[in-house]
Amino acid sequence: MPASKLLIDQLETRARRGRDGYYLNAEAWYGGDIDKLWLKTEIEGEYGRKAEQAEFQALWSHAIDPWFNLQAGARFDARPDTRGHLVLGVEGLAPYWIEVDAAAFLSDKGDVTARVEVEHDMRLTQKLILQPRVELDFAAQDIPRQQIGSGLSSAELGLRLRYQIVPQFAPYVGVNYERAFGDTRRFRTQDGESPGGWQFVAGLRTWF
Amino acid sequence: MNELTLLNRRTFLAGSAAAASVAGLFPAWAMSMSPGVTAAKGSGTLAGNDLAITVAPHSFNVDGRVGLAVAMNGTIPGPLVRLKEGENVRIAVHNQLGEDTSIHWHGLLVPFQMDGVPGVSFPGIKAHSTFVYEFPVRQSGTYWYHSHSGLQEQVGHYGPIIIDPAGPDPVAYDREHVILLSDWTFLHPHALFTQLKKQPGVFNRQKLTLEDRMKGRNPLTAEERAMFARMRMDPTDVSDVTAAAYKYLINGHTPGENWTGLFHPGERVRLRIINAAAQTIFNLRIPGLPITVVATDGTDVRPVEVDELQIGNAETYDVIVQPSDRAYTFVAETIDRSGMGVATLAPREGMRSTVPPLRERPILRMKDMGMDHGASAQPMDHSAMGHGSTGAIDHSAMGHGSVPVPGAPMDHGDMKMRDKSKVRFPVGVGVDMIAPMPMDRTGDPGIGLDNVGHRVLTYRDLVALKPFHDQRPPTRRIDIHLTGNMERFMWSMDGEKLSENPEPYRFARNERVRMRLINDTMMTHPMHIHGHFWQLVNGHGANQPLKHTVRVLPGGYVDLDMTADAPGDWAFHCHLLYHMHAGMMRVVKIRPLEGEAA
Repeated sequence: MPASKLLIDQLETRARRGRDGYYLNAEAWYGGDIDKLWLKTEIEGEYGRKAEQAEFQALWSHAIDPWFNLQAGARFDARPDTRGHLVLGVEGLAPYWIEVDAAAFLSDKGDVTARVEVEHDMRLTQKLILQPRVELDFAAQDIPRQQIGSGLSSAELGLRLRYQIVPQFAPYVGVNYERAFGDTRRFRTQDGESPGGWQFVAGLRTWF
Repeated sequence: MNELTLLNRRTFLAGSAAAASVAGLFPAWAMSMSPGVTAAKGSGTLAGNDLAITVAPHSFNVDGRVGLAVAMNGTIPGPLVRLKEGENVRIAVHNQLGEDTSIHWHGLLVPFQMDGVPGVSFPGIKAHSTFVYEFPVRQSGTYWYHSHSGLQEQVGHYGPIIIDPAGPDPVAYDREHVILLSDWTFLHPHALFTQLKKQPGVFNRQKLTLEDRMKGRNPLTAEERAMFARMRMDPTDVSDVTAAAYKYLINGHTPGENWTGLFHPGERVRLRIINAAAQTIFNLRIPGLPITVVATDGTDVRPVEVDELQIGNAETYDVIVQPSDRAYTFVAETIDRSGMGVATLAPREGMRSTVPPLRERPILRMKDMGMDHGASAQPMDHSAMGHGSTGAIDHSAMGHGSVPVPGAPMDHGDMKMRDKSKVRFPVGVGVDMIAPMPMDRTGDPGIGLDNVGHRVLTYRDLVALKPFHDQRPPTRRIDIHLTGNMERFMWSMDGEKLSENPEPYRFARNERVRMRLINDTMMTHPMHIHGHFWQLVNGHGANQPLKHTVRVLPGGYVDLDMTADAPGDWAFHCHLLYHMHAGMMRVVKIRPLEGEAA
């Protein structure tokens, strides 16, 4: 019997120096124990402006062991540029309850990038959960148009404290620190943009 | 004299002019009283040789809230079916549901076509049609019946059976009560199942927290904590569904509705206890009153006095109590201690005793991963035990190689918890653990009952009153692994779900076989075989007890001897409804059939 799930992992507002922003990270799946259709989306931007980043992934997810899925499919970016990618990744639960989502992307321009997201739920009480989160972005080459430099291009560290009113509904507050490295940092600075910094976040995690 | 004050005197009273006078005493029940629309709680009796049961949709009132249910003859639980050993019975089942249904006579030795498992033994009972069951009654004792279609058992499709013996009853009693335990949810059972697929721990509100550590409420050693975390196993994952989603019912009544069984002080009262819950194992006790177990799964055992016992789904226990002139609380605490069913035994209506608070939740230990090195018979404190003290180990019972050298310290971190070479089936996505050293846990009282300060029944306490007629030693042993993946809520036997069409387990007719059920998961599985009784191998030789449903403890195994004397196709499954639904079920094929060449 197939099942389905919609998870809005982060729907948050981000307070920071300059203009405040918003961020959405959500996924949905449908299917059986082994094979699933898996959709992911990430949208980020500043209030009152067009989204800085808007990407959508449609993946075939195939269980390869009790805890991990191999995921392959396509990614479509509406922002900053209209661009297509092929996606190959793994998603699952590593020992010590560490959630991992790692994927490599090949764009229709031939650019290769990769992203690793790792998070862990620390249960302070039955309802209060502290979630550290790390995201690392890599690129195999410079993509100046998108302000991406080769190597480790940027990193994001987050710490969110959520209160599970019920498991399906959990508002949170937290902090997020972002930093660009190497050429990425240079591209951004050249364009007069911030190479990173602190943000205070407040949002909602929910699933159905 | 056997005076049956069956299920609920209020049912009968309320239907009469007496209803008004009772209403004040039993407000919850009285408010739910609305014949013809809402199913009544408890029921009357169906006795004789020609019976009829109508299965129909009903609403059901639980603590003032109304949910959708399936009732039999308008009641939940369904009517008591009272049969007589040695007679033939015809039971016409009318299906008024808009979907297929079925009735399985749990524990009854019937021809397989009458066993009531759609897709295994018969096609099922189509919507708005009738099926007539007809079979000889070959046994006596306490049994029950329930749907084997979809998840109907969750929503009220269950009822008790008592079969009176043809000869004198070896159990003397002055009065009897049926105590039927069940769990009720206002969630649609399919929604409940998909919740578990989405997030298996969703109903657990008793996880380990930092707060527990700081307040000293986490008994795990650092090594155990690391082991569980490395394996992505939650040591508090004892029940998939908890009081977060369930109300626990006794004879259809919540604790607030307080079903009451009456007695005269000094009487020998026989309680016929049936666990008809979908997904709940209970710990039973009656504070202040010793419990003498006289039968299990319908079969008589030598009387054994205890203070508490664990009852798996679909098990039955007959117990004798001799209450004094006071009220007692019958406590059915769930295995994870998130909630309880409560009833009252009292000499007069309206009396109540105190209800004890829920005890501290149990926490799984190394032993529950099948990797403890001590004697399995004794409850023990692992943290206090040197890992080298393995004097009492039964090497022959392990049967899986990799036996530690006695006296040699062992590094648990190096122990393989999913060693594919230990088993003969493919270890795939659906198998997150292979117990490295499963052991005989028939001497254990059950999860959470090792140190409760009073006597708790174990399977080793059960001794059949009469020796089983077939004492041949088994000619072979087959190992059957109970397997699962907690993270994906996948459940299987030997790594394969029923939906994958696994090979049936095949036995020759009248073959004497030993089945070793090995639990490679961290949950207790009440395993049920249709059409047969197992002799539970517990060291009592010819008088090993007969069981149709056996709890296999986490990381443990149970040896079960069986005479395959009932030709046909039989279901064999975990009686946790959502485990069975997920695929923890197989077919047992016994050939040749009647009149067929060998």
